[in-house]
Amino acid sequence: MSTNAHNFPAQVPVRVDPRIPARIGGARGKTGLVVRPIRGVSTNVPKVGLSDICLSYRTHSGERLLALDHINLQVKAGEFLCIVGPSGCGKSTLLHLIAGLHQQTSGEVLIDGKRVQGPGTDRILIFQELGLFPWLTVGQNVEFGMKMKGIGKAEREEKTRYYLRLVHLSQFKDSYIHQLSGGMRQRVALARALATEPDVLLMDEPFAALDAQTRDLLHDELERIWFETGRTIIFVTHNVREAIRLGDRVALLTFRPGRVKREFPIDLPRPRVLEDTHVAHAAREILDELREEINRSLEVEYNVGVKPRVEPAVEQR
Amino acid sequence: MKRAARLIVFYAGLIALWTLLAKLKIWPPYLFPTPWGVGEALYAGFKDHSYWIAIAVSMRRVLIGYAISVVLGMILGLGVGSSKFLEETMGGLLVSLQSLPSICWWPLALLWFGLSQNAILFVVIMGSLLSVTLAMEDGRKQMPKIFGMAGRNLGASGFQLFWHVLLPASLPFIVSGLKQGWAFAWRSLITAEMLYLSLGLGQVLMVGRDLNDMSAVIAVMVLIIAIGYVVDGVVFKSMERHLQHKWGLTAST
Repeated sequence: MSTNAHNFPAQVPVRVDPRIPARIGGARGKTGLVVRPIRGVSTNVPKVGLSDICLSYRTHSGERLLALDHINLQVKAGEFLCIVGPSGCGKSTLLHLIAGLHQQTSGEVLIDGKRVQGPGTDRILIFQELGLFPWLTVGQNVEFGMKMKGIGKAEREEKTRYYLRLVHLSQFKDSYIHQLSGGMRQRVALARALATEPDVLLMDEPFAALDAQTRDLLHDELERIWFETGRTIIFVTHNVREAIRLGDRVALLTFRPGRVKREFPIDLPRPRVLEDTHVAHAAREILDELREEINRSLEVEYNVGVKPRVEPAVEQR
Repeated sequence: MKRAARLIVFYAGLIALWTLLAKLKIWPPYLFPTPWGVGEALYAGFKDHSYWIAIAVSMRRVLIGYAISVVLGMILGLGVGSSKFLEETMGGLLVSLQSLPSICWWPLALLWFGLSQNAILFVVIMGSLLSVTLAMEDGRKQMPKIFGMAGRNLGASGFQLFWHVLLPASLPFIVSGLKQGWAFAWRSLITAEMLYLSLGLGQVLMVGRDLNDMSAVIAVMVLIIAIGYVVDGVVFKSMERHLQHKWGLTAST
């Protein structure tokens, strides 16, 4: 087992993207020594394929409620896909299905063309509530996935150090979670997910609870880390501007049952600024479509106007 | 410091009252000994090593019995807490069994194991197993679901998931149950030891009675209380403090 940094795979995927100003890869690019190269980059098989995913469950009153309706989505290796939709559209559930934590009623989740059977460390989900372990230190949290895989102590420590540096939390290695701020916890969750070196990173409204300044900062950091590590990211949010700020593509889901309403390629130069007029313009287009769905969701939630197609069932989870 | 002063005043007052009652000779001294009579009995007991031996024997038993209870109780509680079927069937049985004083198992234990160490251990286990089980069941339910999901998401499964995630995640919720289990184990042990020549503290207590030596009886009672208090105050308090430090809980669990 190699304990030496120089023995780690050397072929770090270097993304040459003319849209990216030099400051992002920058000096930091040279430190990208531990990252495992991504499999299947050159093939045509999508990294993540969702084919005809349906999910329905029984409500308390015994009716079947369709939550997800024939979702078809393909995500290329290294792509940053954002999924937006009104609350209750099943976007979080979709991530849970990809992570293998729940079972869809029908359809398939494919990773590199292979069917997902359950949880696997090739896809790591960052939960909305994070789910950091309060009984472990920051370092031990980051180490956790590697420990479960049976990776040796020396290598674990090396990588923990690397990923903590990546999220700028090196000094907090021995802190406990409750001692950190919201933004810092967010970064621990990111480091913990990255440290298991998943091909696919699934993020469930990770920045929703943060203040605007922290969120801007974390957008920059996430984008930088995405470039440095070359992961495929599926990012769920209800914030359209955030989706445009980060995504290569934005998929809009409808309200109950969740369907893919439209996909928007985002072809703006990076790094994008939230206040930028191009971002605002793109957001307008998506928001117009989204508003319709939000209105429908409000009708159901508040039981006003048109009678909803389904009873407002309690979401079970 | 203020608290210590208050405690000193309280206990000094208690001993003074005791002395006064003893001095009034309402009851004969062999029924109502003085505090220093008890002190002398304690000194004598430690000097001839009989108390040391009794403590060692009793502690060994309670530690073995309690350890078995904790392991079994955690497995049982986790099972009952995780499965709806087990909860509906076994859950009620466990709660009703808890109303049975553990010493009621003694006749059964005697028939199964004979007059032996194992009979005492059995009673100790039956005394504490249920509180640990119920605490673990409750802890499993109170524990936020996210920890289990995050653990599975990061590649933990089976025993790994239990050991590295479910167990530590439920600790703050089960520490009071563990404490209660300890108290039950200790009480069951002393009760069982009083019933036959067991060498433990319970037997030493009965020897005091047989010899009409009330000072010795009270001395052993003081010892039993002291040991219970020390374990609670040292072991469980430090465990709670440790958990509070890690989890950032301010209120005591």
